[in-house]
Amino acid sequence: TKCVHLPPEVTATSRHYVDRLFDPDPQKVLQGVIDMKNAVIGNNKQKANLIVLGAVPRLLYLLQQGSSSSELRAECAVVLGSLAMGTENNIKSLVDCHIIPALLQGRLSLSACLRCLRTVFISPVTPVQLLYTDPTVIPHLMSLLSRSQRTQEYITQIFSHCCKTPEHQTVLFNHGAIQNIAPLLISPSYKVRMQALKCFSVLAYENTQVSMTLVNVLVDEELLSQVFVRMMQRDQPIDMQLTAAKCLTYMCRAGAIRTDDSCIVLKTLPCLVRMCSKERLLEERVEGAETLAYLMEPDVELQRIASVTDHLVAMLADYFKYPSSVSAITDIKRLDHDLKHAHELRQAAFKLYASLGSNDEDIRKKITETENMMDRIVSGLSESSVKVRLAAVRCLHSLSRSVQQLRTSFHDHAVWKPLMKLLQNAPDEVLVMASSTLCNLLLEFSPSKEPILESGVIELLCSLTQSDSPALRVNGIWALMNMAFQADQKVKGEIVRALGTEQLFRLLSDPDSNVLMKTLGLLRNLLSTRPHIDQVMSSHGKQIMQAVTLILEGEHSIEVKEQTLCILANIADGNTAKELIMTNDDILQKIKYYMAHSNVKLQLAATFCISNLIWNEEDGSQERQDKLRELGFVDILHKLTQASDPNLCDRAKTAMQQYLA
Amino acid sequence: MQSKGNNYSKSDLHSFLGNHHSRNAVIQNQLSQGKEGGICCEDRPNIYCHGKNHKDAASVRATHPIPAACGIYYFEVKIVSKGRDGYMGIGLSAQGVNMNRLPGWDKHSYGYHGDDGHSFCSSGTGQPYGPTFTTGDVIGCCVNLINNTCFYTKNGISLGVAFTDLPPNLYPTVGLQTPGEIVDANFGQQPFVFDIEDYMSEWRAKIHGMIARFPIGERLGEWQAVLQNMVSTYLVHHGYCATATAFARATETLIQEDQTSIKNRQRIQKLVLAGRVGEAIEATQQLYPGLLEHNSNLLFMLKCRQFVEMVNGTDSEVRCFSVRSPKSQDSYPGSPSLSPRHGATNPHLHSAGADSPTCSNGVTPPNKNKSHNKYPGVSSASSSSSSSPSSVNYSESNSTDSTKSQPHSGTSNQETRCVASDSEMEIEAEHYTNGVAENSSTRIMNGTYKHQEILQAEDGSLGNGVAEDSCASRQLCGGNQAATERMIQFGRELQGLNEQLCREYGKNATHKKMLQDAFSLLAYSDPWNCPVGQQLDPMQRENICSALNSAILESQNLPKQPPLMLAVGQATECVQLMARVRSGSCSFARVDSFLH
Repeated sequence: TKCVHLPPEVTATSRHYVDRLFDPDPQKVLQGVIDMKNAVIGNNKQKANLIVLGAVPRLLYLLQQGSSSSELRAECAVVLGSLAMGTENNIKSLVDCHIIPALLQGRLSLSACLRCLRTVFISPVTPVQLLYTDPTVIPHLMSLLSRSQRTQEYITQIFSHCCKTPEHQTVLFNHGAIQNIAPLLISPSYKVRMQALKCFSVLAYENTQVSMTLVNVLVDEELLSQVFVRMMQRDQPIDMQLTAAKCLTYMCRAGAIRTDDSCIVLKTLPCLVRMCSKERLLEERVEGAETLAYLMEPDVELQRIASVTDHLVAMLADYFKYPSSVSAITDIKRLDHDLKHAHELRQAAFKLYASLGSNDEDIRKKITETENMMDRIVSGLSESSVKVRLAAVRCLHSLSRSVQQLRTSFHDHAVWKPLMKLLQNAPDEVLVMASSTLCNLLLEFSPSKEPILESGVIELLCSLTQSDSPALRVNGIWALMNMAFQADQKVKGEIVRALGTEQLFRLLSDPDSNVLMKTLGLLRNLLSTRPHIDQVMSSHGKQIMQAVTLILEGEHSIEVKEQTLCILANIADGNTAKELIMTNDDILQKIKYYMAHSNVKLQLAATFCISNLIWNEEDGSQERQDKLRELGFVDILHKLTQASDPNLCDRAKTAMQQYLA
Repeated sequence: MQSKGNNYSKSDLHSFLGNHHSRNAVIQNQLSQGKEGGICCEDRPNIYCHGKNHKDAASVRATHPIPAACGIYYFEVKIVSKGRDGYMGIGLSAQGVNMNRLPGWDKHSYGYHGDDGHSFCSSGTGQPYGPTFTTGDVIGCCVNLINNTCFYTKNGISLGVAFTDLPPNLYPTVGLQTPGEIVDANFGQQPFVFDIEDYMSEWRAKIHGMIARFPIGERLGEWQAVLQNMVSTYLVHHGYCATATAFARATETLIQEDQTSIKNRQRIQKLVLAGRVGEAIEATQQLYPGLLEHNSNLLFMLKCRQFVEMVNGTDSEVRCFSVRSPKSQDSYPGSPSLSPRHGATNPHLHSAGADSPTCSNGVTPPNKNKSHNKYPGVSSASSSSSSSPSSVNYSESNSTDSTKSQPHSGTSNQETRCVASDSEMEIEAEHYTNGVAENSSTRIMNGTYKHQEILQAEDGSLGNGVAEDSCASRQLCGGNQAATERMIQFGRELQGLNEQLCREYGKNATHKKMLQDAFSLLAYSDPWNCPVGQQLDPMQRENICSALNSAILESQNLPKQPPLMLAVGQATECVQLMARVRSGSCSFARVDSFLH
């Protein structure tokens, strides 16, 4: 119910149109609908008036009425289609009047109905779910696909617009979308080919089932991938080239096409690079860059090829030049256009740089050497648009995998500053990338480590370890682990203090094994160098021993157990800390068990632990050796000297020598 | 592939390989300059190097420069072995550049070097350009003569523009420096790794689009008037009277020539194209008195043709003796067509013209054209085989004006007529629209549709007696004794006319030849299958028909050829001029791609 204020004269003429729809003479009704059609074309005001005055339900009634002539029904559908072409509010009103079920029920073959339905469905205000609520709708639409080029165009357009989730993909797939739509790819109508192609791109996106099916589909005895390759030919319309490249990209990412297939290397990739060129429209450049980033993300060879194709790395630098200084002065319209796309362009470029530089050191170097690249990333990190910030930090993260860049450009541009700022207050996805980057910046050889430490990052990282997101917890504890590596006593003390033993032990029982691994790593880093070991163990020895016991008893991966045994070995290296093991028979039994374990890594770690305990030259070594001999460790060590693994064998021999000395 | 647009047409690209001896000569030069290094050539296009330092560098280049008119030029070089250091350069150089250096180091020389991946643009210092290349890599070099740039490819991947503002007349060049470097050049004799066809298709589409969307600015209204005038004059020229009238009515334009005049010309042309030259001469003399008297060459040509048609059995002077023969020529399947040739560069057009029939001015589709024909037996067709772009060419229709002007005139009785007369049915089979109704008149240029097939199908469906007729017709003068006598007599008259002309104007070799050829037909038992039998081909009527039409128009002070044909000829000339002034885009600007 709306409160409507219309000028009376407008209402009067509009009302007249509506009144005529109720005339008892069908011929007059028809004429009324035709007049209404002519009145609303291109007239948004008139459309709104008619909607308010209730024309829609009456038109829908006439459309559905069995007694209506086919001519009348067609005209009604045309008027409804025309109303749908208006503002978003018009569409909302139409949807509120249940236009979708009305258009979907029966009699859909009228191409005017489908046209109207198409217009309604492609509007952003229409919930796509409406297509899927009635299970008979999609089979019905599928069956109409063979009717005419018009119906093909409208139906495929509806499908491609309403396929937003994996569930939608599955529904369409199960109703034979692929077999029904594939022949349309060679339709004589460009519009039909284009909409069919769009359908395949949304169907194949991150969908293995669809992609695997697509590679085997034949269209007129030609493989679908070859049809797509033909559509990417350089004399085809850009839209078609781009969409065909998307299809092949999605099929490749879903594993249906190998990344070294020539249709990817020699066709799809170059096509996408071309889409990034200055000659293309801004929208096309954004889509091209994003698709290309997605295509090569997991494959270093594709990254290498792209990095030398058509000066891509330099070409992307142009993405940051919008709005250009020229456009601001000369052309307001263009400035507006540039401004609208500037963010999108920047984030697309950052994404593509991130993808390009994710594996290869030479490419990273090339990227950082691009004009003003680091400055652009730094300013991107503090942009208002979340999308740009996220992409910028992804790019930074990708580049931060380079030891050389960490040592040079990262330090020169003090990227840690905006990064720290970004960490203060950002959505989770940005936080994940930012904290992951921070982990790399905290590596011991990174010159940024010192200033970051001084900026009071520890509190922040500790708070991350309490996050609900496993990724954030991992990154938080990972960063702390890196920070603790070879750190001085003060830093280690601060970490332990800030994290709190309670949180530390909570993390040791974290359901995420990555978190557990990094926490053990942190412990191991804290427990290094003898004075530190003794100090930490004297204050937290009891809890640590408890946690270690629990982990060794629990169901954990080999890596976790190995890490834990390494912690024990570190503890065994302390002066006073040793006693915590020597006095704990339970632990000693466990060490013994792992020395005889089938996994060499665990044997090695356990042997290392024993070796530390019996090391000569240390106070009380004789007593420890005696006790361990009593417990049967010497026999085990003796056996291990015969081990096939050379490392284990050596380690056992070194340990045995302690007894001999 | 047609010559110009093709970047690796054999003549251009095999210069490296095809001219094996001259290449050796280049290499001999290198060696004779006393370098220790040099380049040897095996039978394979391998180039092998055994130099040591930069002083030992040596280049080979193709014997011919890249022709500007090829538009896009491409070659690939496979690195068979990088040798000791892989100091290899691939690129371009102008004539006279020192061949003891790698391409790129000197003025007018451009190269991409394998050891550092740099590009060298007439300079000893390179610019970072692409990746390095080594053994097993295939490096391509593409010169775009439209925008004068060059890019390289590595293993099928484009590396982006390397050089801009390239001068003309560059030679493909490969330079090597250290021992053991071996490369293998491919100028198109093997498939390329890079998809150059695809790249060319992009430029073809670009240029095509540029022409199609050429801005005409403020002159929009004027433009339309010009186009309408061109269409109208074309229709009038060829005597498509009703179509021209309808067109003039629809576009509210004026036709310069009056209707009767158009119809008269049309009638005469039809007669010539039907092989009824005697009637055509009569009609011309009657309608345009003095025309042939003042143009004795034309008259002689017509008379010669008339003689040939008498042999053929088609001219009315011999036809009157025969009952059945008039149909025969109508069933001739390969009806000639209007095939104006714009420029000499278009074999496609030429061949297409040969088997495509005339275009009629009927506005209805072929098989539905049930027209009343005042001239039963008038066959289709004319074709000009003149190679001059300015030649006048036209076709004639066998549909009568009534088809268009009275579209509603009783279809049923026309159908009965069709059944009544074989010849009329055959006429129908040869009715083709000239596309005016659906498109511009350009279609008329070179009937690309396959009339012959339609015709044959039509003949087959007509069935009764047509095939038989066409066999029966292949007798001298339709096989009639009286007709043969008439022909002999006419031949004597013709001989007399020739002698008279000789007396008046002196000897004329062309006339003599024409006469000889015509008379030679009588020397063979089967004139249709003899060395001079081609004269009997109905297509031969087209030349004389267009000459007669032009002469009539000229006598009426009207242009002897339509502006549309002038425009096509001019465009063709322009493209040729572009080729002469080395404009690369000419290879993708083809007039015929705009003639549908």
